[in-house]
Amino acid sequence: MIEDKNKHDPNRRKFIGASAVAGLTLAPGVSLLSIAKAKPLDEAVTSEKRWGLLIDTNKCASGCTACVDACNQENGLNRGDEKEARPEQKAQWIRKVDLRNKETGHEVSLPLMCQHCEHPPCVDVCPTGASFKRADGIVLVDKHICIGCRYCMMACPYKARSFIHEELLHQVEYAPRGKGTVESCTMCVQRVDAKGQARDPACVEACNQEGHKAMFFGDLKDQDSEISIQLKNFSSSAIREDLQLNPGVRYRGI
Amino acid sequence: MKKITYLEIEGRSKGFYTLIAILGAIILAGLGATYYMEHNGHWVTGMDNAIVWGTPHVFAVFLIVAASGALNVASIGTVFGKSMYKPLGRISSLLAIALLAGGLMVLVLDLGRPDRLIVAMTKYNFKSIFAWNIFLYTGFFAVTIVYLWMMMERRMNQYYKPAGYVAFFWRLILTTGTGSIFGFLVARPGYDEAILPPMFIIMSFAFGLAFFILIIMATYKWTERPLGDALLRRLKNLLGVFVAAVLYFVAVFHLTNLYATEHHGVEKFILAGSSIHTPLFWIGHILIGGILPLIIFYSKLGNSRSWIATGSVLVILGGLAQMYVIIIGGQAYPLEIFPGMEVVSSSFGDAVSYHKYTPSLPEFLLGVSGMAVAILIVTFGVKVLRFLPVSLADKDVDPHHDA
Repeated sequence: MIEDKNKHDPNRRKFIGASAVAGLTLAPGVSLLSIAKAKPLDEAVTSEKRWGLLIDTNKCASGCTACVDACNQENGLNRGDEKEARPEQKAQWIRKVDLRNKETGHEVSLPLMCQHCEHPPCVDVCPTGASFKRADGIVLVDKHICIGCRYCMMACPYKARSFIHEELLHQVEYAPRGKGTVESCTMCVQRVDAKGQARDPACVEACNQEGHKAMFFGDLKDQDSEISIQLKNFSSSAIREDLQLNPGVRYRGI
Repeated sequence: MKKITYLEIEGRSKGFYTLIAILGAIILAGLGATYYMEHNGHWVTGMDNAIVWGTPHVFAVFLIVAASGALNVASIGTVFGKSMYKPLGRISSLLAIALLAGGLMVLVLDLGRPDRLIVAMTKYNFKSIFAWNIFLYTGFFAVTIVYLWMMMERRMNQYYKPAGYVAFFWRLILTTGTGSIFGFLVARPGYDEAILPPMFIIMSFAFGLAFFILIIMATYKWTERPLGDALLRRLKNLLGVFVAAVLYFVAVFHLTNLYATEHHGVEKFILAGSSIHTPLFWIGHILIGGILPLIIFYSKLGNSRSWIATGSVLVILGGLAQMYVIIIGGQAYPLEIFPGMEVVSSSFGDAVSYHKYTPSLPEFLLGVSGMAVAILIVTFGVKVLRFLPVSLADKDVDPHHDA
């Protein structure tokens, strides 16, 4: 019996080791959280900020998928482990859409993702509260209490959510994903929350690196932020403005 | 009118065990299908990120709607005081519970994480119509069981009327809740209509009664108990009224949409499109589920028992077609994310005239097993408890019967 137990020891030891490291780093309070790149627990998300995006479709190039690629890279999507899912079943948090005005023929290209509504229908309909909106306006899914009913996908006006149709491996630690649950753009919450080293969401960073500079990220409540100045000085609109959901993502040129 | 005697069925015949075996086999197949879908993930189904609710939901919602309708027969006796319906109250309540159990089983087993059912029971978002429905469904079981107890327990007989009123109002609210699941979807042009909840109530009247007629015809035939012609005629006439009412509501629903230019797209897709939903609507729902049963019930054919049974089966098949068009068709028509714009290209399937969906065998098996569960519960129920009157002959149930 004792020998049998010893056989399992390596795994057990690893686990204890990891727990010890976690415990040690947890003690100071901040270090573990910086590994997880999540917001420090001692610092609550507040409604003093509202994170938002402005997308200038005049600068967005048709055929360019830098934002999509960066999102996939950052959040561990499309790593080749969705082997069985059909294309319509694969997860996408951000997608490129090319549009043509039916009357005028004017064409635009734009990235579309979760619009982080102020009044999100996905949050309204979720039976367990897994779909939720943070005080700073970011709409997320709590993967621990999502039961996979997909009612949020029925309710979302933007088709912004994906259901995980198969077992996933190779996930990144700050963006857990699981078979049978629903997920969508997190506005790269792990970057936004990183204390002292906050960065733009991956899509915005990639768009800038590509030289298009079609995406602005910032605090909509801060009058002096670039996004607020841009929104104040130039006209913009929200997709499906008629629904009055007040999305945190705004567009220019549509 | 004589005093009604209720008695268990014997349930020892070869036919009884054959029925149990067939239902058991269907349920096993459904559970196997569930294991297959949950083990692999939903990629083995026809569902995807556009059609998120598939065939299991068609069956589940159909059964849940039919459940509340099945209780109607009891309500007609208790709430509306029609004495001819009173002997049918017990079996009506049992059928209602059974259909709801079958529907809920299908709904739960199609969740992405059915293992987290306990989460759905412990964490609630009270703004969600789904969360309300969890209470409405569990409450329906409780209310109907209490109602049954009041009807079946002599000491409690005096209270059965108030219990019947509670059950009647509860079932109306329940179907309103089920219809609202779709009626509240503001962004989908196929739903988002206030007429959906009342339409679901009328649909429940028809589907539930069709099930009820078939169940009593089968049980009374197989147990060789008398079932009166006048009673059956009354039930089929009532079913005809409900079927006509469904057609009326569907007509109003589509005419209202047709008047608004913004809904022309989705109306054209359902009523005159190239997808399966157009023939399912016209042939499946309107013809098979509406016009043919009306012809059967109100012509000379309506005097024949086998034609009454056929008409009831057609109502159920037409109802399933209607549910398919509502649930799948409503999702198949693409969201109008950019009104006035045409989607030239998209990596997420936005640039399609409609979303395609092919039901898979496991989805179908799960759905059908929900029906089998409902019938199995009724079959066992009537064997162990006194749900069925010994006679439903006209002279025994109809106070105005002359013969």
